[in-house]
Amino acid sequence: MTLNMGPQHPSTHGVLRLELQTDGEVVHSARPHIGYLHRCFEKHAENVDYPGVIPFTDRMDYVASMNNNLGYALAVEKLMGIQVNNRVRCIRIIMAELNRIASHLLAAGTYGIDMGSYTPFLHCFRDREKILDLFEETCGARLLYNYNWVGGLMYDIPPGFEKKVIDFLDYFEPLVDDLNRLLSYNYIFIKRTANVGILPPDVAINYGITGPNLRGSGVKFDVRKDEPYLGYEEFDFDVQVGVGEHGPVGSCYDRYIVRIKEVKESCKLVRQAVAKITPGDVQESIPKRVKPPAGEIYMRTECPRGELGYYIVSDGSLKPYRVKVKSPCFTAMSAFHEISRGAMISDVIAIVGSLDIVLGEIDR
Amino acid sequence: MESIRQLLASIPNYGALPELLRDFIPMLVSCVIILLYVAVLGMFLVWLERKVSAHMQDRLGPMYVGGWHGWAQSLADGIKLLLKEDIIPAAADPLLFKLAPIMVFVGAFAAFVVLPFGMASIVADLNIGVLYLLAVASLSVVGIIMGGWASNNKYALYGGMRSAAQIISYEIPAALALMTVVVQVGSLSMQDIVTAQQGGLHKWFIFRNPFTFVAFFIYFVCSLAEVNRTPFDIPEAESELVAGYHTEYSGMRFAFFMLAEYANMFVVAGIATTVFLGGWTQILPAALVPQLVPGPILFSLKTLFLVFVQIWLRWSLPRLRVDQLMYLCWKVMLPVSMVLILGVGFLAVYWK
Repeated sequence: MTLNMGPQHPSTHGVLRLELQTDGEVVHSARPHIGYLHRCFEKHAENVDYPGVIPFTDRMDYVASMNNNLGYALAVEKLMGIQVNNRVRCIRIIMAELNRIASHLLAAGTYGIDMGSYTPFLHCFRDREKILDLFEETCGARLLYNYNWVGGLMYDIPPGFEKKVIDFLDYFEPLVDDLNRLLSYNYIFIKRTANVGILPPDVAINYGITGPNLRGSGVKFDVRKDEPYLGYEEFDFDVQVGVGEHGPVGSCYDRYIVRIKEVKESCKLVRQAVAKITPGDVQESIPKRVKPPAGEIYMRTECPRGELGYYIVSDGSLKPYRVKVKSPCFTAMSAFHEISRGAMISDVIAIVGSLDIVLGEIDR
Repeated sequence: MESIRQLLASIPNYGALPELLRDFIPMLVSCVIILLYVAVLGMFLVWLERKVSAHMQDRLGPMYVGGWHGWAQSLADGIKLLLKEDIIPAAADPLLFKLAPIMVFVGAFAAFVVLPFGMASIVADLNIGVLYLLAVASLSVVGIIMGGWASNNKYALYGGMRSAAQIISYEIPAALALMTVVVQVGSLSMQDIVTAQQGGLHKWFIFRNPFTFVAFFIYFVCSLAEVNRTPFDIPEAESELVAGYHTEYSGMRFAFFMLAEYANMFVVAGIATTVFLGGWTQILPAALVPQLVPGPILFSLKTLFLVFVQIWLRWSLPRLRVDQLMYLCWKVMLPVSMVLILGVGFLAVYWK
């Protein structure tokens, strides 16, 4: 039987459409259809000036907008040879890591819903709201920030912000253990996710999968460590990989638990970044006109879903000649048919959820 | 029923009515009472579930409608559902589509007939009460599979098929768990089972012997599966099958499915209370405390506690997968309940 799952379906994380060939509960083949959220980001980018692209980057991965802004801003800065001061770097790291926490919370919470458990979702969203409050205080927006500008930041952080961030971390870190008790160590949850959707490391590398999905397969690769930007090399944090506590490495459970562990690493990073903040002007190196020299650049950053790469070709004018985005979700989705073969309908949901895709970024 | 008949007989000139009417009116009155009870109970349980889940999730839940903690929210929702457009999908089988919610509701409704609320508050104390309960409880399967089929929707069909497989499988260990008590009482009548437990906590079957203690938990877990509650809510698994067998239903027909679901929750909790927790009997022996609380209130409190546990589980546990569900039923529950039956039989013969 052909079962058409989506684009309107509760757990396709947006507007993904899956065409499943099923025999009873068993899925023989699953074909993802994408493009329902295509908004011509790359073409738009060719028709606006360099700073004008930033609001569009917000709308790609709309649950991790800070990281999207950051990648683009860093790419253009690298193209123009701009160096930002320490304050800007620290604030960018705080924002990026807070955003990573928020994004992973959303991933964990919605994964709980996919598995039939509602309460973790609302607990995660309660804490995510507090991060969004911090963002709102800084840049006025809760979801689409437009905060990281080329050469600096939109605003400096408000007074007392550092203390609020530390307060939040003090409040939040114990709650991660709560979430683990409620969901991650739940027997049924482990039974549902371990042994399901196994992505072996070689397959993951062949498909170009990055981020928590790759690390869940046990490959220790993190752009923040292996190709540091923003001075991540000065920070002390570990790259978490899946170890296969409850079954083969690379299962849905590994991908999920890597995110939870990364949340704790991000908390560590934020604390260090707050300690390193120095006074300074966050807008001092913003250029009057963003007009990079002719050339091309590929800048990759570790966004919550993996390696987000911006390939920018400049012809020396005020507008980019070409902007190409390497989307981590797109590559993750490309391996979907491989790992969902022979799964059951419930497992398909578990696999889609564990890949943590955001359709806004796949379709752009 | 007897008390209703006596009450009616005290009305002047009642005896002058033809005999047919004199038989019929008490039935009608008790049906109306149960119907009202089920409707009010359903609404109360919906409200309770929303409040409990809200507080578990750091929310408040309904707060406005009716004033105090949104007590009238379910009433308002019921009226809204009544006023909604009645949609029957063009590709659906209209007759079966209309019949399905009625079947499901009848199953839930009919079970109330033998629930002993108190010593005198039972509609019909059938001598085959437990068998009757098991029979009408499986009536809802027919309605569910009917609804899933008639909707002409693949998700609904999946939900219907899953539900049929699940409910029919779990009935077996549930029935066996109930049989452990029936073996000890020697009667299938609900009232006999309750009266056998009179005399306080230690007389309840849950605490009588280790076999019935385990049987209570087996029955409780199986009853969760029978009423499609988390962790066994795979027939209506929202994240997988949208809404399972009632995907295409809306308005009042949908409300009937919901009402039946909540009524069924109460019924299975009521059975567990009757069979294992002493039904309407007092919690402490008469020698210790005066027996002040009336039976129906005790029964309702015990049952509502079990319903609360069901709600509690629903909002803390994830959902099983179909094969795991079947594994649990056929390879864990069924052998264990077989052993229980053997053990209880052994006790009944050699441990008089």
